[in-house]
Amino acid sequence: MAAGTAMSSYWRGLRDGLPFLAVVGPFAMLFGVLATEAGLAVHETMGFSIVVIAGAAQFTALQLINENAPTLVVLASALAVNLRMAMYSASITPHLGPLPLWKRGIVAYFLVDQTYAQSILDYEKNPDQTTAEKFAYFLGVMTPICPPWYLFTFVGAVLGESIPPSLGLDFALPIAFLAMVGPMLRTPAHRIAALVSVILALAFAWLPYNMGLLVAGLGGMMAGAQAELRLGIKP
Amino acid sequence: MTDATELWTIIIALGLGSFCLRFAFLGLVGDRAIPEWLLRHLRYTAVAVIPALVAPLVIWPTATGGEPDATRLAAAVATFAVGYLTKNVFSAMGIGAAVLVSLSLLF
Repeated sequence: MAAGTAMSSYWRGLRDGLPFLAVVGPFAMLFGVLATEAGLAVHETMGFSIVVIAGAAQFTALQLINENAPTLVVLASALAVNLRMAMYSASITPHLGPLPLWKRGIVAYFLVDQTYAQSILDYEKNPDQTTAEKFAYFLGVMTPICPPWYLFTFVGAVLGESIPPSLGLDFALPIAFLAMVGPMLRTPAHRIAALVSVILALAFAWLPYNMGLLVAGLGGMMAGAQAELRLGIKP
Repeated sequence: MTDATELWTIIIALGLGSFCLRFAFLGLVGDRAIPEWLLRHLRYTAVAVIPALVAPLVIWPTATGGEPDATRLAAAVATFAVGYLTKNVFSAMGIGAAVLVSLSLLF
């Protein structure tokens, strides 16, 4: 029975998604704490986690809001951090593209680093699943990742409101970003992209409206792409 | 600090933008191929934007009014080194925070 196999796909996905809870929980809490430390109210912090639902982009937006960057620069930078989502969307389309539009809408909303990585791994390992089973699996993986993202943001936000802002949290956000960057530098092309972006960011820090960030981001991307081409690096 | 209207403009625009990026291929493009040059650039977006965001904050911290600061620099180097070597985000954050707190207490 189709409903039965979809149900078992859902539970299999849920089991496979469970380990990510250990990463998502602390991360969401950190966002909640830092957002309220930066002066956001609890409902505004929750708005971020529910409407945007993208860790690194939320942290980026928060940092720039804190620096009083213009709205357009905040948006451009945070969306640039999220450009990889378009890549996920493209890569998962051969598997979930046949779904009705509203289900594809649901998948798109919940398409984050962890749900993508785990689902695509499973689709490639078990290629003879039906589209319905793949969708059920995706929802299963999402269950211990996305609702906890909201829940722990809330816990962090409530916690953050009770911490006095003088606790030296000004440097917590840079520390969080630096911790994320290390594991991203998988190939020489990634390392070159990061290095070029750092040099450009420091060299163009004098530009008004945080425009140096956009120059550096664009330059870093181009450097990474060129390095990949010229060094023949497998992505 | 940004005011409430501006903040909600950012939240909603960022949410819509992120959704469009996620929906782009799944909903609209179908399984038409994406040009290779575009994919090649997309691969490096996060690794280009985040270091650019953080580098000026490490060298010229806001809290010291832009004066380079040995404690923050040491914490930044420790965080990055642990993250790079262990590939573990939380060990990196833990060590970085420990260095930051212990050096702040010492000096």
